[in-house]
Amino acid sequence: MLELRNISVTVPAENGDADILKNISLTLEDKKFVVVTGPNGGGKTTLAKVIMGLLTPSAGQIFYNGQDITALSIAQRAKLGISYGFQQPPRFKGMKVSDLLRIAAGRFLTHEEACSYLTKVGLCARDYLDRDVDTSLSGGEVKRIEIATVLAKNADLMIYDEPEAGIDLWSFARLTETFQELHDQQQKTILIISHQERIIRLADEIILVANGQVQERGPVEKIYPMILNDTVAGCNRLEVEGKC
Amino acid sequence: MLNEIQKRILEQVADMAKIPEGAVNIRSDGQKEYRHNTKNIQITSKTDKEGIDIHIAPFTKDEEVHIPVIVTQSGFHDLVYNDFFIGEGAQVNIVAGCGISNCGDCDSEHDGIHTFHVGKNAKVTYTEKHYGEGTGTGKRILNPQTILYLEEGASVTLETVQIKGVDDTKRYTKAEIGKDAEITIQEKLLTHGDQHAVSEMDVFLNGENAKTRVISRSVAQDTSSQIFYPRVEGNCACFGHVQCDAIIMGNAKVRAIPEITCNHVDASLIHEAAIGRIAGEQITKLMTLGLTAEEAEEEILKGFLR
Ligand SMILES: Nc1ncnc2c1ncn2[C@@H]1O[C@H](COP(=O)(O)OP(=O)(O)OP(=O)(O)O)[C@@H](O)[C@H]1O
Ligand SMILES: [Mg+2]
Repeated sequence: MLELRNISVTVPAENGDADILKNISLTLEDKKFVVVTGPNGGGKTTLAKVIMGLLTPSAGQIFYNGQDITALSIAQRAKLGISYGFQQPPRFKGMKVSDLLRIAAGRFLTHEEACSYLTKVGLCARDYLDRDVDTSLSGGEVKRIEIATVLAKNADLMIYDEPEAGIDLWSFARLTETFQELHDQQQKTILIISHQERIIRLADEIILVANGQVQERGPVEKIYPMILNDTVAGCNRLEVEGKC
Repeated sequence: MLNEIQKRILEQVADMAKIPEGAVNIRSDGQKEYRHNTKNIQITSKTDKEGIDIHIAPFTKDEEVHIPVIVTQSGFHDLVYNDFFIGEGAQVNIVAGCGISNCGDCDSEHDGIHTFHVGKNAKVTYTEKHYGEGTGTGKRILNPQTILYLEEGASVTLETVQIKGVDDTKRYTKAEIGKDAEITIQEKLLTHGDQHAVSEMDVFLNGENAKTRVISRSVAQDTSSQIFYPRVEGNCACFGHVQCDAIIMGNAKVRAIPEITCNHVDASLIHEAAIGRIAGEQITKLMTLGLTAEEAEEEILKGFLR
């Protein structure tokens, strides 16, 4: 189980400090499939980074399976079973797709194993295993390789940050199947940050994050209609006041 | 025939645990240690100065030439001229390498001057590996020069690798490229400690549709320093691309001064140079996959210099 207690993230901004996350408390049950959604800039990626250890919260604590992991490094958290697929994955000059998959899996993979992870994200393995993960790959390709590495890591808690971003319709269909499988197997805790209805509809539960806070949380049938009706997170104020 | 030090160095610079197939010439401390010719490849000693001539018959198919050099005597200065004459349409793979084992207190030095006359439509890959080892305070110095003349339609891939143990190196590469000929130059360099490396290069694209691609990847660690001067000159309709990438660590210093000169309206030349530390994001990404920061750094460097 993952538990966040009173997590705040404050960063220096132009006029004083800005609170990106405001006193968030949240628990995530094991083997649940949860989707986090909310408006751009609401704090979703920040939340994911705090869980993975890429960002240190200004206040609050994080517990994973009862252990306080607030002070643990990224690598230590990874070893405990937390993984995170970046919203914007970095590129590596000279490192091959097969290298990343090997590092993620923590062992040498057979050709078949490596291929299976790429197939799960709709990539033709034969064409990609030997490619460098550098700027020669398209945005959607890098993104899908990123998802494949998280699949290869096979951690108990997988966090995916907008896995659908930049991905074409055909691959997206394959990706949804992969997430559907993860959902049906019920072996892992899945936290997906997403704006896509098809992914949102897979969720056991939706968490709505806006303005650095958890605004709502509940089953799809309850939350999704609220979002569509724009009763919680919209920024109607801008239009009303006619300025920004 | 070969002693343990010689064998170990050969493994490092030539990936050879034993005498390989093909034409072979092993030079050790200035002496001919071993030579083997094939029907198509004749190696002869020069009579006017140190070095060898290597004649490769026209239309030789997929043969190999190995010419490693070993220096094990502290204080030894070796200067050698190796000239390659590669016949029309020949396809060869040439592996040269130099390893210095210096356990003494005097500087050891090997300066190899390699000249390639590459015939029409010949296809050559040339790999040169440098390696230094030894516990002495004497420096290990390597100053290689590679001069290439490519006739019409010739194609050369030149790969130079220097990963460890060479204290001081000054490399010079010059290539004159004829019509429809092309050369790819790949340079990989890692310096550490207080090593110093300079690489200077002149590529002249003289024949119509000549092409070159220069890819330099280097890592400078500790207090080492590196300087690159890749220069490409286009004198006709031609294409050239120079890419220098360096990763800098610790208190190292790297200078890259690329120069491209177009003397013809249809010459198209590009250079890119980038020097910087390892991107923090790359390290954190690999850490999320379970590596420590040190392991992540190692993987990144290994890939970069592959
Ligand atoms: N280092 C930083 N310094 C200043 N502001 C930051 C920093 N990092 C994030 N922010 C701000 O914090 C807010 C939340 O960012 P975050 O990336 O978590 O949003 P998000 O919900 O993931 O948005 P999106 O849906 O666009 O991915 C944004 O307004 C962003 O501009
Ligand atoms: Mg985000």
